[in-house]
Amino acid sequence: MSANHQSEGGRAGVGRRPVRLLALAALVIVAAAAIYSFWLPPTWSEQELTTLRGLWLESLPPLPADPSNQYADDPQAAAFGHQLFFDTRFSGNSQVACATCHLPALDFQDGRPLAQGMGQADMRTMPLMGVAYSPWLFWDGRKDSLWAQALGPLENPVEHGGSRVQFVHLLAEHYRLEYEAIFGPLPDISHLPPTGGPIDNLAAQTAWQSMSRADQQMVNQIFANMGKAIAAYERLLLPGPARFDAYLAAVLAGDERPAATIFNPDEVAGLRLFIGRGNCVDCHNGPLLTNNDFHNTGVPARPDLPVPLGRALGVHRLLADEFNCLGRYSDAASTDCGELRFISIGSHQMAYQFKPPSLRNVDERPPYMHAGQIATLAAVIEHYNQAPAAPLGHTEIEPLGLTEQEKAQLLAFLHTLTGPINADARWLAPPP
Amino acid sequence: MRKRYYGWLGGGLLLLLAVAATAVFIHRNQPPDELDTSTSKLSEAGLYQVAIIPAVDPVPINQMHSWTLEILTADGQPVEDAVIEVSGDMPQHRHGMPTRPQVTANLGQGRYLVEGLRFQMGGWWVMEFDISSPGRHDRVAFNLMLQR
Repeated sequence: MSANHQSEGGRAGVGRRPVRLLALAALVIVAAAAIYSFWLPPTWSEQELTTLRGLWLESLPPLPADPSNQYADDPQAAAFGHQLFFDTRFSGNSQVACATCHLPALDFQDGRPLAQGMGQADMRTMPLMGVAYSPWLFWDGRKDSLWAQALGPLENPVEHGGSRVQFVHLLAEHYRLEYEAIFGPLPDISHLPPTGGPIDNLAAQTAWQSMSRADQQMVNQIFANMGKAIAAYERLLLPGPARFDAYLAAVLAGDERPAATIFNPDEVAGLRLFIGRGNCVDCHNGPLLTNNDFHNTGVPARPDLPVPLGRALGVHRLLADEFNCLGRYSDAASTDCGELRFISIGSHQMAYQFKPPSLRNVDERPPYMHAGQIATLAAVIEHYNQAPAAPLGHTEIEPLGLTEQEKAQLLAFLHTLTGPINADARWLAPPP
Repeated sequence: MRKRYYGWLGGGLLLLLAVAATAVFIHRNQPPDELDTSTSKLSEAGLYQVAIIPAVDPVPINQMHSWTLEILTADGQPVEDAVIEVSGDMPQHRHGMPTRPQVTANLGQGRYLVEGLRFQMGGWWVMEFDISSPGRHDRVAFNLMLQR
């Protein structure tokens, strides 16, 4: 009996002990959780926070002055530039404006692999938000100011397909008041041929060569002023804050928990890859997520087009450009042309190098790369993961060895970079 | 028997060579464990004491800026008449600087203005100065570890 009792008592004791143990375990877990939440290991190290601060839109400095364009921040010039930007008359067929490829509703690009003006270009249209921060324009940086850039497509036979003499006549006919209010009286142009320019069009070139040097310079000056007005408008197109910036604001304020409601764990992991093992931040750094330099990342060439030389040619076209910072139509003193004075030239590394675009709003802008070779962001990540050999020159990237999960995390992060365009609504529609 | 022996020996040698080549490659592309990032040092042959003084501190990325270079003889006398070549490189990447910095002014007392410096990404950079003055030619390289 007693043995029985004992054993019963023992059983009863055993029966109670697990309850106590469970209770103790629960207490320990709750206590651990409480301690953990107080001494939460920080998501980001001090060094990572410095990197993140550099990517935050709030870190974007004020727009850099453009000493080569004395009208860069003139509101009247911006309003005039806005009119020119949307005016299809400034083309060879009266159907192509800047806004034909730079569509405000599509982040000022066109969603096409190759730009489509009067013909098909051999490069992808670039978006314009924040473009005034870049010292170099075009994929190969063959222009060193926004105003000089604007002149290129106007005379490119597959884009606007017009000529500078034609544009001067159009300005005198349709915009004399606007032009003269900003740039002063238009000189007499009645004796000029209807078209003309040093361009890839025999008739226009013959007409241009028949003109006196003085007339050519007069036309060039008016043409440059047209570019300066367009640039004053384009300077107003800036990127607005994305969910990424809201996350950074919370993280940089030390608010770990609000941050966790803005980014899910995959997006945090994707950001960690972006600034870490993915090496993305090497080229996509600063608040605009581009270093505005030139890089060969071995993007496959289009089979239907010759392989472009990239920066290797762009740098020589820039130096030969009469509209560059050191040219006679620039308003800058030569000491203001630092980029041009210290430009790196003739390096074998420049073959097939292109400018990394800003990654802000990148998920709204397929297809990707300089000629729209890659259809989706997932495929872009795969490209960087594999790092194939370059079709020309040498690729600067190496395989990343990312897992499927990591690639998905990086993709999730890239979707957080989208925000509104930061510009007055009237600049996003054609002028009334 | 002897042929087989030579075969093994040859194979072994090739393997050793491959390992050595890989090691050299990896070594060349990795920053040393304790990278010397001092901003004042003796040149390679000990002819000059050279210091770099960046105008912006810490050295920024994506921002054109200038440095002052101070060149003294090993015994501390300013070198007033140096001719200096500047170059920069990222040992772990297949590219150098996006700009071509140059000495644009002799500021006197062994100080020289270097303009046109811009670094386009964070990481390990090496800036090299090739310095000639009458009777003395030497080089000095500075390591920079720029914040990403």
